Amino acid sequence: MKVVVDLSICDLHGLCVEAAPEVFQIGDDGALHVLMETPPDGLRAAVDKAVRECPTGAISIEE
Amino acid sequence: MLRRIAIVGASLAGLRAAETLRERGFDGALTLIGDEPHRPYDRPPLSKQVLQGSWEPEQTFFRKKEGYDALALDMRLGVPAVSVDLRARRVALADGTFADYDRLIIATGARVRTLSAIAPRAGLLALRGLDDAIMLRRTIMDAPRVAVVGAGFIGLEVAASCRARGLPVTVIESLPVPLAPILGPTFGDMVAAVHRDHGVDLRTGVVVTNVLGESRVAGVALSDGSRIDADVVVVGIGVTPNTEWLEGSGLTIDNGIVCAGSGEAAPDVYAAGDVARVANRWLGDSARIEHWTNAVEQAVHAAENALAGPEASSSFSSVPYFWSDQYDRRIQFIGGARPYDEIVIVDGSLADRRLTALYRRGNRLVACLALNQPRALIKYRKLLAADASWDAALSETAAS
Repeated sequence: MKVVVDLSICDLHGLCVEAAPEVFQIGDDGALHVLMETPPDGLRAAVDKAVRECPTGAISIEE
Repeated sequence: MLRRIAIVGASLAGLRAAETLRERGFDGALTLIGDEPHRPYDRPPLSKQVLQGSWEPEQTFFRKKEGYDALALDMRLGVPAVSVDLRARRVALADGTFADYDRLIIATGARVRTLSAIAPRAGLLALRGLDDAIMLRRTIMDAPRVAVVGAGFIGLEVAASCRARGLPVTVIESLPVPLAPILGPTFGDMVAAVHRDHGVDLRTGVVVTNVLGESRVAGVALSDGSRIDADVVVVGIGVTPNTEWLEGSGLTIDNGIVCAGSGEAAPDVYAAGDVARVANRWLGDSARIEHWTNAVEQAVHAAENALAGPEASSSFSSVPYFWSDQYDRRIQFIGGARPYDEIVIVDGSLADRRLTALYRRGNRLVACLALNQPRALIKYRKLLAADASWDAALSETAAS
């Protein structure tokens, strides 16, 4: 799985950071960073949660 | 044997429940029933992007039409459910058809409250659904004078969007300080000041006694004897859960569907979103929460428990979260505040209108408000989820 974030619509709600802190981070620059573009399958449930809970639908998974 | 699941309510919660069921491998028959003709759409943009004109209404749809193929849903849109027979496990629809189920997830949401004893007329509008937004947008195209009844989040977002279009806006609020029960009076006053600075005529501590105009709205009369001339009146005075169709079903209905912490309302029946009252330690025993994130989380939780069955069910324990965008300010709020909570601004200031505030009850951190400081939320959300003490929250603040 590959995590793709559309930064043009990311609105910094930070729910993805809560759902999958290993994968998402809001940096000191105030922008969202993807720490792991291809997270291991063990993080699948956490990334799914991040996708579902993103209020702007900015996160998607490419298989 | 779990072969058939029916979801009533084709909105955010209903869709997320369906997605979760499929993600977790449910491959039986899945029915999604909705009273609106539209496929599921997102509500938060309605009062902002759609009203301001930067989005077309279709941009609020969660999925394109073909995006539903993978979910393999029996979608029944434009047909309300009218009753449920818990014993026969069967939902009856308004068109005379039925949906049989082994598990039922109810996410019928809520509808706007209307001003009592005021007859409908042209220009008297509300904003809840996509059709409401389209109608309101069309109406404000002609640059009318707008009166908004109710300075809750929807009313204030409508006011901000109308100001962004350059329309004259009056907001009428019965409370002396808008949003005070939710944010506390200090921040209620601040939000009021933001609106006044943007040219809103905000009238507080007054109620609408009458809507003027015969076939078309001409204005409103207020309890202080004054009169506001307006070409459109938008009523945003809260919502009522859509539970009438469940009367006599045997489910416990009391300002929503009363559920256990598992989201179960009865054996094999679950509820989620605005219609559900699920025990929640943040907002009292069994609060109904009308926020976007709650709808998602309860829907996922209900779907997971519907698959797991009562023995394996987990209790719902998400920290409530909502946000509101007004002008260039974003209010984010997590947890649950009460009027007597102590509020401490730990970063920024009221003067800057950019700040982080913590809410204290006893020795606990119970809520956090961030105004244009999105990063703060992440830190305090974690602390709230861990039920952190006030001292722990403050030391976290000092460390940052």
